Amino acid sequence: MSKHSPADQAPIPTAPVPPAHWAASYEEEPTQASTPPQANGMTALKPFGWAKDNLFNTPLNTALTVACLFLLWLVVPPMANWLLLNASWSGSSEACREAAGACWSVIAVKHRLIFFGTYPYDEQWRPFLACALFVAMLGASGVRAFWRPWLAVAWALTLVGMGVLMWGGVAGLTYVPNDRWGGLPITLMLSVFSIALAFPLSILLALGRQSSLPAIRTFCVGFIEAMRGVPLVSVLFMASVMFPLFLPEGVTVDKLLRALAGMTLFTAAYLAEAVRGGLQAIPKGQYEAADALGLSYWQKTMLIVLPQALRIVIPPIVNQFISAFKDTSLVTIVGLYDLLTAATVATTDPEWRPYFAEVYVFAGLMFWIFCFSMSRYSQWLERLANRYTRR
Amino acid sequence: MTNPVQALNSARVRGWLYQALFLACTLAVAWYLVSNTLTNLATRGVATGFGFLHREAGFEIGESLLPYSASDTYLTALVVGLLNTLAVSAAGVVLATVLGVLIGIGRLSSNWMVNRFATLYVETVRNVPLLLQLVVWYTILNRLPSPREALEVLPGIFLSNRGMKFPVLVEHAGHGWILLALLAGIAAAIAVVRYGRRRRETTGKPFPTLPAVIAALLLPPALAFIVTGAPLAFDVPALAGFNFEGGGSVTPEFTALLIGLSVYTAGFIAEIVRSGILAVPHGQTEAGLALGLSPGKILRLVILPQALRVIVPPLTSQYLNLTKNSSLAVAIGYPDLVSVSNTSANQTGQVVEAVAMMMVVYLIISLAISGFMNWYNRRVALVTR
Repeated sequence: MSKHSPADQAPIPTAPVPPAHWAASYEEEPTQASTPPQANGMTALKPFGWAKDNLFNTPLNTALTVACLFLLWLVVPPMANWLLLNASWSGSSEACREAAGACWSVIAVKHRLIFFGTYPYDEQWRPFLACALFVAMLGASGVRAFWRPWLAVAWALTLVGMGVLMWGGVAGLTYVPNDRWGGLPITLMLSVFSIALAFPLSILLALGRQSSLPAIRTFCVGFIEAMRGVPLVSVLFMASVMFPLFLPEGVTVDKLLRALAGMTLFTAAYLAEAVRGGLQAIPKGQYEAADALGLSYWQKTMLIVLPQALRIVIPPIVNQFISAFKDTSLVTIVGLYDLLTAATVATTDPEWRPYFAEVYVFAGLMFWIFCFSMSRYSQWLERLANRYTRR
Repeated sequence: MTNPVQALNSARVRGWLYQALFLACTLAVAWYLVSNTLTNLATRGVATGFGFLHREAGFEIGESLLPYSASDTYLTALVVGLLNTLAVSAAGVVLATVLGVLIGIGRLSSNWMVNRFATLYVETVRNVPLLLQLVVWYTILNRLPSPREALEVLPGIFLSNRGMKFPVLVEHAGHGWILLALLAGIAAAIAVVRYGRRRRETTGKPFPTLPAVIAALLLPPALAFIVTGAPLAFDVPALAGFNFEGGGSVTPEFTALLIGLSVYTAGFIAEIVRSGILAVPHGQTEAGLALGLSPGKILRLVILPQALRVIVPPLTSQYLNLTKNSSLAVAIGYPDLVSVSNTSANQTGQVVEAVAMMMVVYLIISLAISGFMNWYNRRVALVTR
């Protein structure tokens, strides 16, 4: 990794050039910023001019460019050969053994196991439909024009529809108990439900942390700091092992629900800190104005403070969503069948055992697509939020 | 306070009332949960308390910094787990910082290619779950050739599915003296820095601190090395039968965890470093240039002190995250604290005690790291009136 980083090992021959890391990092920032206007028309006409400005403008940069090109030459041809040119795209594992490249047939054979786990094979159109519905709703919720009350209704209907699809037992669908669920639906549902349940809880915790009542404040600070101080793995262990102990005898809670409870409490603590950031960003005058109008605490909070604070914290909440999505992979440790568990199970098939890399690349790509689009979305939101403050 | 109805209108009285209600509810819930737990434990025949810590653990631990065997107590086992957690976290923090700073600077490079490479790294690493990355590293390391066909990456360093083998220095009486000389050198270096600063502050004359410090650090150990007869013998690992003999070794579990944690956290540290450096206004650089400072001095005296102020708080939380993430070790079989506590809890049934101890230990580690970083943060904080 250090090969393409502007480490300070390269010599600097000419006098006016500042030291290596300095030159590469900060000093030339403005040069880069001022390049686009002049290079606007030049980029298409004169690629050499662009290369001279961006790749070979100083001896250090020339050295770095050459190093990067060397790295590319080392990595790209073998990768391309493995990924595409020599890959085997379909057929049996024997065909893969003869091919020199990646064995994508393992994905062709195992993709339903990776996506849907042990869900009954003939019924797998149901989780597929549920996931498609879910992703469509997630996409729709990202569009600003749809931020209307009916979106909540649509979500409620979607969740009911998903429940019907996944469990079945009505409308001629066979019943599938939730210990047969697995793969992508588990990952999606755990992340969305944990954040949806954690969000109201986190607002209460953040308000409690800012409260003037010592007992409530102490409780909230204690909860938030304790949750943030311990790893999610231990919270999940606690949820899966200690939850049954907490409940009266004879009452059992499903494994999935226990993990969901653990994830919710954990996410709530982190979200609460994000919300607190928003609460603290509201100017004190807003609180005082509300008090001067004679509003009660809850009127002040619901009408003045939260509407402003929550708008500020939308980007951090989306970031928290990304971590929650990635963190769902941890439920594999307490024995739930999420996307990562399904991928790992797919690699243990003796016939396809040598092709673990392909399976993990595929699973990683799934996670990456979701997380990357969410992080892009959060950057867009941030620009949207700053649109008003910039003027 | 005239009558009860009027008293209810007082914000203070209502505050007390709410708090009393809240406390009562919390206590009721807590009592309900505790009584349920006690009943459940009693029906399962589990005795509560920490007495189990002094019983024999009876399980082996793959790797340990202390001498440990299955006949040791649970307490020893947990300490071994804790030390393993600390070892991998400490190494990970160092590696992740080095890698993260390099990539963060790369993200700011005016070189288009370096910039793209660093961006590619950050966007890939941050958007794939750590657990998946760990599993991939572990699978790769586990499917390396057996020791007989081990890869010799560097002369004397062998990679195989049993982990990494590397040469270690053979102990010699002279090493103590070299270490002593190094300590003396460090003391001299501190003295030189103090003298240099005092001279600059009183007379305004610069003092060549850096060369003097390097000399103070290098010369005494080098001298001791020559005087004691250059004791430089290595114990190189050699293949004997089915495995290597001699040399030091790291298990595949440790290596996978270390690589995974460092690579993942470096992606986050890179972004912190980048935003920290960007947070210093360009006018600061120009002001430094106008004062006639050399670019190196501008970086060292103007940019870095201001950037560090922005960088340190989020960096602390990344260090904490790395330490907490090291608990994912349980997924690849590295015997860290979580994994050992888990085994102990499964064997003894003392779930509550094991989980409580685990949480307390992590809380202490978190508080210690954030305490240290807060102290450092105060040191670099802007001194205002």
